[in-house]
Amino acid sequence: MTDVLVCLKRVPDAAGEITLSGDSMSIDARHVGYTVSAHEEAAVELAVQIADETGGSATAVSLGSGDAVEQLRNALAVGCSAAVLLEADAEAYGPADVAEALAAVVRDHAANGTTYDLLLLGNDAADSGDFQVPIRLAYALDRPVVTGISTVEIEGDHVTARGRGTEGPEIYEVPLPAVVAVMEGGVSPRYPSIRGRMKAKKVKIDQSEPSLQPAGNGRIKLVLPPAAPSKVEILGEGPEAATAVVDLLVRLGVAR
Amino acid sequence: MSTLVLVETDADGVAETSGEALTFARGLGDPVRALVIGELSEAVTSQLSDYGVEAVHHANGPAFETYAAAAWAAAVVAAARETDAGVVLASGTPRGMEAMAHSAVRLGASMAANTVEAVSRHPMVVNRQVLGGSVLEQMQVDGDIAVLTVAGHACEAVPADAPTTPAISTLEVEVPESDLIAKVVRTEPGEPDESGGLKAARVVVGGGRGTGGPDGFGDLTELAELLGGVVGVTRVVTSLGWRPHAEQVGQTGSRISPELYIPCGISGAIQHWAGCSSAKTILAINTEADAPMVTKAHYAVIGDLHEVLPAINEELRRRRG
Ligand SMILES: Cc1cc2nc3c(=O)[nH]c(=O)nc-3n(C[C@H](O)[C@H](O)[C@H](O)COP(=O)(O)OP(=O)(O)OC[C@H]3O[C@@H](n4cnc5c(N)ncnc54)[C@H](O)[C@@H]3O)c2cc1C
Repeated sequence: MTDVLVCLKRVPDAAGEITLSGDSMSIDARHVGYTVSAHEEAAVELAVQIADETGGSATAVSLGSGDAVEQLRNALAVGCSAAVLLEADAEAYGPADVAEALAAVVRDHAANGTTYDLLLLGNDAADSGDFQVPIRLAYALDRPVVTGISTVEIEGDHVTARGRGTEGPEIYEVPLPAVVAVMEGGVSPRYPSIRGRMKAKKVKIDQSEPSLQPAGNGRIKLVLPPAAPSKVEILGEGPEAATAVVDLLVRLGVAR
Repeated sequence: MSTLVLVETDADGVAETSGEALTFARGLGDPVRALVIGELSEAVTSQLSDYGVEAVHHANGPAFETYAAAAWAAAVVAAARETDAGVVLASGTPRGMEAMAHSAVRLGASMAANTVEAVSRHPMVVNRQVLGGSVLEQMQVDGDIAVLTVAGHACEAVPADAPTTPAISTLEVEVPESDLIAKVVRTEPGEPDESGGLKAARVVVGGGRGTGGPDGFGDLTELAELLGGVVGVTRVVTSLGWRPHAEQVGQTGSRISPELYIPCGISGAIQHWAGCSSAKTILAINTEADAPMVTKAHYAVIGDLHEVLPAINEELRRRRG
């Protein structure tokens, strides 16, 4: 029976056009909407699978604004059974702050009788891309950590984690409790069913504020790389363009 | 004060991404020292000399036989102390990222991931990629030691003006058992990660949703073969299971930098662009003239890829005779 805690971050959906807030300190996502990263979607799927297979539980936690309830409800709708919101301005938190706040949740819940043997996170957050929270969290709790993992299996008192290496899949066998940072690609996240969504609405989300004073993330400002003006040369339309294309390939030296 | 670079190696010597990191490190002004973990070949030493490295610290032994991030971090910390490092950096590869994050915790340092340029050295201010590279963050890295990773292809790997004769020393590093708990216990053969080929390819032919399905890659694959290139795809394609994830280009796939990229039926979303923007030349094939991939490309053909590609392949074969 493995109780899993999976960590999520509400982030701007970068598929749309990005604009910055007036003070250039954050992304203005009003028009693009919010999501969680693909890595975290995979982490949720793995958490739910492990909970099902071991008869344990999957709890989702997020540090963010009150609106992050939306992302927690999505996790509940696909099979997490509980959710925790650490209400805070995520923009003011650096990776060390987030790790500390999450570690406090793990400790508090342990004191109240729930020990999370497996902590799952995304490899890096889709917006800040710090690549540190899983590792800093592991150090805060004195647990082993592996990153870039696509699938996990619980076998007795350890977790077998598989990631992609340059020479083939790399396997880790790590004793529990452990921290695993997940990379998308190993599992297909399920879609919520209508029943799942109904159920998710009824779950009471455990809401609190972290008690730490964040040290911050060193951000001075955000900058949008200037959009290069389009200089595209249209070689033609449809199959008739083939001659012009092959002429170009020859000029570039990639075809004879 | 020095700048310490964790150097990764491959069959050819210093990995290209580590060459980029060494070039970035030289730009910071302090003498550059390299840490090499595992085997240290002559090719690596001579390339490090070309990159203008002042000294090479070599960590080897049973603790480094199989990869363990914490053991690597133990070596990084030992080398940082020995070299009085003000900046510790690596390339933003999976290993580089992981080793730097562990090292930052152990050094009590802040870390900036995916740095593209240094704005100032005192204080250490960098620009780094966030949101998959579509936004840059200017970040101040406080503390006595700054830990950085350098985003892939943020700068070119360039040798120093004059080669150095680096002093080579063995790094004494004690790796406790606890640093070997999370280590690679085996590598499974059979399904190698082919993204290495993708990253090094001179020509990449890209396929997106516009291919229409797993059977829509025939002409694309043929074009790749005719040009001695490889196939790259979008996340839509891998999510739908049309092609393996190893072929994915983008923020959560490979970052490519070929001479020529030919994206077919790819809209050019920012996360995809993050992986292909370093291509020297881009030739887009798309039905929509206003798709971002088309407007960002150097050349484009407007049309159905299933009609355009066979015509190109035929013309190539015809000229070959
Ligand atoms: C956190 C995160 C990470 C992501 N990481 C990645 C990543 O690493 N890589 C990646 O690629 N995406 C990534 N994405 C997804 C990305 O946002 C886009 O959804 C994706 O790149 C779109 O794929 P596409 O271009 O194949 O499909 P679409 O956007 O649907 O575009 C299809 C294109 O094909 C054209 N087309 C259709 N039919 C034809 C035809 N017959 N002939 C020619 N053209 C045709 C259309 O005009 C259109 O431009 C990520 C998203 C998120 C949120």
